[in-house]
Amino acid sequence: MSLSRRTLLGTAAAAATTVPLIGRARAQAGQTIKIGVLNDQSGPYRDTGGITSVLCSKLAVQEFAAKGFNVEVISADHQNKPDVGASIARQWFDRDGVDMILDVPNSGVALAVASVAKEKNKLHVNVGAASADLTGKSCAPSVISWCYDTVMLAKSTGGAIVKAGGDSWFFITADYAFGHRLQDDTSEIVTKSGGKVAGSVAYPFPGTTDFSSFLLQAQSSGAKVLGLANAGADTVNSIKQAKEFGISMKVAAMLMFITDVNALGLDVAQGLNLTESFYWDLNDRTRAFTKRVVKVSPDNWPNMIHAGCYSGTLHFLKAVTDMGVAEAKKSGTAIAERMKKMPTEDDAFGAGRIREDGRGIFKSYLFEVKKPSESKAKWDYYKTVATTPAEEAWRPLNEGGCYYVKS
Amino acid sequence: MMMIFGYPAPLMFGQLLLGLINGAFYALLSLGLAVIFGMLNIVNFAHGALFMLGAFVAWGMLYYLGINYWWALLLAPIVVGAFGVVLEKLLISRLYKLDHVYGLLLTFGLALIIEGLARNEFGSSGMPYAIPRQLQGAVNLGFMFLPIYRGWVVVAAAVMCLATWLVIEKTSLGATLRAATENAPLVQAFGVNVPRMITLTYAGGAALAAFAGVLAAPIYSVNPNMGANFIIVVFAVVVIGGMGSILGSVVTGFGLGVIEGMTKVFYPQGSATVIFVVMVIVLLARPAGLFGKSA
Amino acid sequence: MMGFSRPQWIAFLVMAALVVVAPYVLYPVFLMKVLCFALFACAFNLLVGYVGLLSFGHAAYFGMGAYVSAYAAKAWHLTPEVAIVLGGLTGAAMGSVFGWLAIRRQGIYFAMITLALAQMAYFFCLQAPFTGGEDGIQQVPRGSLFGLIPLHSDMATYWVVAVIFLGVFLLIHRIVHSPFGQVLKAIRENEPRATSLGYRTDDYKLVAFILSAGIAGLAGGTKSLVFGIATLTDVHFSMSGEVVLMTLLGGMGTIFGPVMGALISTSMENYLAEFGAWVSVTQGVIFVVCVIAFRRGVIGELAAKLKIAL
Repeated sequence: MSLSRRTLLGTAAAAATTVPLIGRARAQAGQTIKIGVLNDQSGPYRDTGGITSVLCSKLAVQEFAAKGFNVEVISADHQNKPDVGASIARQWFDRDGVDMILDVPNSGVALAVASVAKEKNKLHVNVGAASADLTGKSCAPSVISWCYDTVMLAKSTGGAIVKAGGDSWFFITADYAFGHRLQDDTSEIVTKSGGKVAGSVAYPFPGTTDFSSFLLQAQSSGAKVLGLANAGADTVNSIKQAKEFGISMKVAAMLMFITDVNALGLDVAQGLNLTESFYWDLNDRTRAFTKRVVKVSPDNWPNMIHAGCYSGTLHFLKAVTDMGVAEAKKSGTAIAERMKKMPTEDDAFGAGRIREDGRGIFKSYLFEVKKPSESKAKWDYYKTVATTPAEEAWRPLNEGGCYYVKS
Repeated sequence: MMMIFGYPAPLMFGQLLLGLINGAFYALLSLGLAVIFGMLNIVNFAHGALFMLGAFVAWGMLYYLGINYWWALLLAPIVVGAFGVVLEKLLISRLYKLDHVYGLLLTFGLALIIEGLARNEFGSSGMPYAIPRQLQGAVNLGFMFLPIYRGWVVVAAAVMCLATWLVIEKTSLGATLRAATENAPLVQAFGVNVPRMITLTYAGGAALAAFAGVLAAPIYSVNPNMGANFIIVVFAVVVIGGMGSILGSVVTGFGLGVIEGMTKVFYPQGSATVIFVVMVIVLLARPAGLFGKSA
Repeated sequence: MMGFSRPQWIAFLVMAALVVVAPYVLYPVFLMKVLCFALFACAFNLLVGYVGLLSFGHAAYFGMGAYVSAYAAKAWHLTPEVAIVLGGLTGAAMGSVFGWLAIRRQGIYFAMITLALAQMAYFFCLQAPFTGGEDGIQQVPRGSLFGLIPLHSDMATYWVVAVIFLGVFLLIHRIVHSPFGQVLKAIRENEPRATSLGYRTDDYKLVAFILSAGIAGLAGGTKSLVFGIATLTDVHFSMSGEVVLMTLLGGMGTIFGPVMGALISTSMENYLAEFGAWVSVTQGVIFVVCVIAFRRGVIGELAAKLKIAL
């Protein structure tokens, strides 16, 4: 029944980073902080999170080299099912002494895990899920959302495309909470910026692999911009097929990661606009960080989720050290509050902070995917088009509707 | 612009054509299922897994051995057909005397194993398989861009369906097959090796599934779940067409593809479910399906 | 009493004793999961084991029961026992409609029509606003039993689940051994003969179907309250496959088989969760082994060895 045995069975690379932990395993019992990385390790979001998230968390643990307590990282696969995620979370908190659950892509699973964390007063640092509800109407005092959400994506990508003349939109939307949320948030930005939404089509999720029919509908609507309110493999397939069917609209992939660009290839992906809060080639520090990650994850370079898992783990450990292990173990809300008080600082995101409602506040970047001729090496994919300052990139605090924030 | 039901005509023509393309896969897959059911009386739940296996064999041939699409189209069905022989000899042949239900459960288990192993090995995000050079590009039909590859899929599937039908209905081999379905002991008495015939039928059905898998590889990414997504729909096709009816499965396959395509215009969320609505209605009105002989 | 034979009494007492002792040794939330699935498998077995009807769509009743119970507890603030009963009634109501449609067909066609209807139920759950789509209904409160006893602690909830399980288990046993149950078994063995004896077999089959669906709904409702969540997983086709697996593994048509099957299958899932897709590979292997060499299941084989009915 103990999921923690997974740690012993991880990949060879993962095992290698675990070794230093064993070396320090002499501290007293109860002086161990346990981090549980819960994400999709076999499904459509495997490459955007998956084992690389685990490795990044372990990298942070190793670099932080905590004094006075041990840190253990365990992980599990939630299979994109909210009930599986919730029951693993329950077991980790109840039985396995996990102090913080990290990552959790898929908004449905994230909301389920967040509600368990709230019930048990344990910390959940969400990195992988997009829904802005995590810091809005479904917020919880012990839940933090790290480095992106639907509103931030809509503001950056949506706003920029309307400004560039893409003023009529047609959405192809994954028919579940996340897809609709992304569509709604983007529509709001589009209409606010003076554009209009010509139509939308929701397709069955999961299980749709052929998007041609929806693409033809988009084409015949006469809209200029094709908004893709989906993620992962669905986004990759939609873009591929749009090219195959000669769709002449501007494609706006509302949620896309560098790992998706890698899957598509630059031939197909060139010219796309997308938003991330991290790119490996931003500056010397991000390059240095990426170099360390690529050592353990050579085939999958870090995207903003991976970087977020690193950054979130690091900041969590700083807060634990600051308040002491015994205090930290008592209350998830207390650690979250401490994390919100301390500014964040690391190689991946530079300086940042965690807002009162649990929203991580970092810069966001609008990128354009390079042409094959512009790319000098594998993973050399992005040109930075615009940078949104941290304080403007996110939904304002008073608009989220988080219940414990005093307005 | 001409309108049909309030939608622009080009859109409707486009959807009709896309429906036919999807229908081609339904027809090919349900054809194999119908042949297997007609002859072995086994509801082959592993059919989707064999379809997926066909796509993976093609991918593996290209990736590891550099064997191109055209050879894969020939070789992958042979490889998967051989695998079918092993399955039939080793496992399925033990169930002929039992209730249908056991065949269904066994092949369901086989599907879980094959798909689970593929997921373990390759993850489920899918592998790209490029469209062969000769079939790249698209033609402008006026109402839509038709990628040449998709046109090829419809043609190849239709030819394959026709060929299978001809073999079974018009050749002496087919006649023996049909006779063995009706009365195996009698055919055996004429000196025909019926068990071997049954094995080859299963292999043939598996090869058809693999053929469809290779055709599908460039359209959908090669993915361990690609068969599981199809199989339940294909079951519905076979049941609606009349279990074991070859003509029924082909006609229903293309027909349901079109119905599904139309649903994507009027009520896209329902496109995955409309087939089951049709199935329930048909089964209640005609218990043996559209083309089946009533028992 | 209750129509138990002596060995069955012993087996029942052993099982009841284990149910009482287990939570002091094992994680109670895990045990509650086992009990809920055991209930579900018993419901399914009532149909396949005693009437010979293989349904490939039982997730529909289980899942819909889960949704309705969760909704009742969360939105209407009903007490847990009322919510669970509502879940059961939902299952039964759906069962009466689906069953009425399905029992006219036999064998494979019956399996296929239940599958198609369940797919439609799945679609309904995906689309209907009250189910919360992909997110499901989350944060379902366990509430207080009869409005009096709060179920915050896992142990308190465990006893409620245990009582429901043992009660329904006895009920199913009672049904199977009643004159009604005898007619069902007659239908399974030889339907034309049962008809010729003057039994309206369709009516009997329908009642059995409704009972089975109702208990499945009850199991789903209980599970949703225990875990505080009802999702699409519960109505998905693979749930229908899983309950077939449990019943087949434990032994179709035995009283204790489904319970054993649920225990094995759930623990396997729990232990294998760390190995990713190996869960489905193992399930597949079990299917194949059971069908080829082990058709009577664990309990069925055991009973045959001991020459008793279990």
